[in-house]
Amino acid sequence: MTTDDLAGELARAFPGRAGELSRLHERLAAAAQRDGVLDVAYRTIDSPVGPLLLAATELGLIRVAYACEDHDAVLQVLADRISPRILSAPVRLEAATRELGEYFAGRRRRFDLPLDLRLSAGFRRAVLTHLPEIGFGHTASYAAVAQLAGSPRAIRAVGTACATNPLPVVVPCHRVVRSDGSMGGYLGGPDAKRTLLSLEAA
Amino acid sequence: MAGKEPFETVVAAHGGTVLRVCRAVLGLADADDAWSETFVAAMKAYPDLPGDANVEAWLVTIAHRKAIDVTRAAGRRAIPVADVPDTGTADGGREDVPGDLADAVSQLPDRQRQAIAYHYLAGLPYAEVAGILGGSAEAARRAAADGIAKLRRSFAGAGERSSR
Repeated sequence: MTTDDLAGELARAFPGRAGELSRLHERLAAAAQRDGVLDVAYRTIDSPVGPLLLAATELGLIRVAYACEDHDAVLQVLADRISPRILSAPVRLEAATRELGEYFAGRRRRFDLPLDLRLSAGFRRAVLTHLPEIGFGHTASYAAVAQLAGSPRAIRAVGTACATNPLPVVVPCHRVVRSDGSMGGYLGGPDAKRTLLSLEAA
Repeated sequence: MAGKEPFETVVAAHGGTVLRVCRAVLGLADADDAWSETFVAAMKAYPDLPGDANVEAWLVTIAHRKAIDVTRAAGRRAIPVADVPDTGTADGGREDVPGDLADAVSQLPDRQRQAIAYHYLAGLPYAEVAGILGGSAEAARRAAADGIAKLRRSFAGAGERSSR
């Protein structure tokens, strides 16, 4: 037997298979949580607007991302801006998963989740904190939101705040529409916005 | 600023290799504990790891230390000492009973087993292996070669059968 053969046999003798790793990974996530080093936990859920990435810090939900935002890229931004100590750890996202499920099933009209708004600052953050004032099933114009946020002329900036909302769906930027009643843009794409608005109109 | 990848990616990329290494060095029973402790420790230190570091060598270095800790904590199955499998009788006897390669590896002296795990399973060059074990790269190469020679003697039969 050549050394290469023997190396192959060694690899077979000491396996490290995916199935075994998922159990170990779960243990790692629990230990990291216990030791306070799980800076960002995430999971992916299926939804009527496609797969959504959910990420949370110890403080609360920090990111909801559409597939079109590229989940890997979103995680890399979280690594750069928050911490690279990131693990897939669904346990921390249990409440968010449940509430989003209820929302998409038409059984929840507002979210009651701790939020970590660190990814947003200044006026954009001010806009985000006011968006939940637009209730389920209602819409408001960019101008009206600018007013809510205390800068009536900052209509464009409201658009930017919505377009860079780190917590779409939960922070309802989809309820912001144009003054003429047309839908306007959406970071999750026009189809997602339409889906959410018709879900809330039902 | 250009980023360190999420730790999840590190686990996905190297978790399997580290598990193999833990199993080869410690055996099946204690490998899970060593694996978990390795990755928890690595996750703690990860933000301070230099961006150009060899992540796999870093993880294997941590696993090496954790394996020693686990063995000590277990307080049993003291790390096999060099003279146990070197007595000759074991090698000769195993020829007839090909047995299990994992078992044969567990009979190897410590350094030989570690050198084999780090070089053949983790794929680290002998310079890196030496960095973990101490001593020279040449000494690490020799330890692995001696161990491989023993494995080949004790395992030749089984290897041919299972690679048909």
